[in-house]
Amino acid sequence: MATEHSRTAARLMVSPAVILLFLWMIVPLGMTIYFSFLRYNLLMPGMESWTGLDNYYYFIAQPAFGAALLNTLLLVGGVLLITVIGGIALALLLDQPFKGQGIVRVMVIAPFFVMPTVSALVWKNMFMNPVNGMFAHLAKALGLQPFDFLSQAPLLSIIIIVAWSWLPFATLILLTALQSLDREQMEAAEMDGASWLNRFIYLTVPHLTRSITVVVLIQTIFLLSVFAEILVTTNGGPGTASTNLPYLVYQQSLLNFDVGGGSAGGIIAVILANIVAFFLMRMIGKNLES
Amino acid sequence: MARKSSAGKTAAVTIAAWTIGFLIFFPILWIIILSFKTEGDAIKSPLAVLTSGWTLHSYAEVQERSNYALHFWNSVVLSLGSTVLALVIAIPAAWAMAFVPGKRTKDLLMWMLSTKMMPAVGVLVPMYLLFRDLGLLDSRAGLTVVLTLINLPIVVWMLYTYFKEIPGEILEAARMDGANLRSEILYILTPMAVPGIASTLLLNIILAWNEAFWTLQLTTKAAAPLTQFIASYSSPEGLFYAKLSAASTMAIAPILILGWFSQKQLVRGLTFGAVK
Repeated sequence: MATEHSRTAARLMVSPAVILLFLWMIVPLGMTIYFSFLRYNLLMPGMESWTGLDNYYYFIAQPAFGAALLNTLLLVGGVLLITVIGGIALALLLDQPFKGQGIVRVMVIAPFFVMPTVSALVWKNMFMNPVNGMFAHLAKALGLQPFDFLSQAPLLSIIIIVAWSWLPFATLILLTALQSLDREQMEAAEMDGASWLNRFIYLTVPHLTRSITVVVLIQTIFLLSVFAEILVTTNGGPGTASTNLPYLVYQQSLLNFDVGGGSAGGIIAVILANIVAFFLMRMIGKNLES
Repeated sequence: MARKSSAGKTAAVTIAAWTIGFLIFFPILWIIILSFKTEGDAIKSPLAVLTSGWTLHSYAEVQERSNYALHFWNSVVLSLGSTVLALVIAIPAAWAMAFVPGKRTKDLLMWMLSTKMMPAVGVLVPMYLLFRDLGLLDSRAGLTVVLTLINLPIVVWMLYTYFKEIPGEILEAARMDGANLRSEILYILTPMAVPGIASTLLLNIILAWNEAFWTLQLTTKAAAPLTQFIASYSSPEGLFYAKLSAASTMAIAPILILGWFSQKQLVRGLTFGAVK
């Protein structure tokens, strides 16, 4: 039904979005790449000079880089572990018939809608604070020494906070997937005497594999860029104990004014994210064909 | 569906689900409770908090001390503005790709999505410098444009998956009956597209409202939305539990309500149609 006329119209309709996204992608990224080869400090304007790969060398060689890379991976891995396992368990539970399903569902999803700065500050102050926090009060009531979460175990605390925000996402997607599971097949298996465990392993898990992959990939994209939670809780500290890659780049470029070094770090973060994106895009692309 | 165990099982499931649901929701419930307490009561032990008196004092205080209304308004303007702008750009694009697909439509969609995969920190430095040089730091206009661009791929994708579901035969039938392009769009396509557009609008407002990278980097005070305003409570002298709770409750309430309406769309929007 597409005529030459409508093709031209279609092209015109698509072009604003394409041009804008193209500019958004190419201009700042091109600038970052350019800056990453310059010795460029905001405190010394007009002193920019070409340094080749020096910025990359110094960014990677600093001890903070290794720590930040490890923290980034631990943060992504830790949150994924909690949210995927917790999400499967919760989805299986919420998929059962019980009273007040709608209300419980709403309660479980709610944390996803809480803005990162609110969730981080609420956990930091109202729960993890060693003097006035809820956990400190509980510890004291049990006769225990209150634990100072954010200075004793900063990264783990941030993992808990971020996992709380993302658990609803995993649960919701896995629950949606579970609900499309073929009930008749399930009942047939049950009548043939398949145990709960066997039904779970041979019917439920294969059915969920795709959704779990989607959850893992999408969360990874977002978790690689966790920033606000770190900024308002630990500022990356103590030392570099909770500094991840985005936070390190922020520190270097906007707090230390080292534009060149920060840009090199930004490019490294882009490369890291692209490795994940590559796999995600293939998954979504396959889905588009079906 | 074994009948003998079903009553006991349902009771166990009910108790387990309610307990876990309550625990997950508890931090939100707790800030709502603390927001109605005095500063003195808010730092007491949980039992003492629950038995202490209730007050609206913190809500008034938050507004008086920090012009809360301005930041709330900034959040409204930024999330609504960027969403409407994104829709204006995305609707024609998604429309064309869904109804007049060409050879490269799929590649184009995938490419748009790939722009979303770029981590914000990769372009932090140039964006900051561009904003500084153009005088856009701490301006609502500048931030609206950035929020529009970062959410544009999701908006195009969501609209595309909705438009794709509108059956093409309806158009052909209408054309047979002599409808011209104008009435085709106005009376047939638009009513069918409205639910999809509404869902996209809802999800995008939520995403823009909660965006906490660019809003923190590019604003300080005048254009600061609630994400940035709440972040200012991270400094030690800002450690007021009741006021932080009141400010937080007001910041998340509108989105919690919108979010409850958009549960289903959330899955679809955030998985780019990969899970429905």
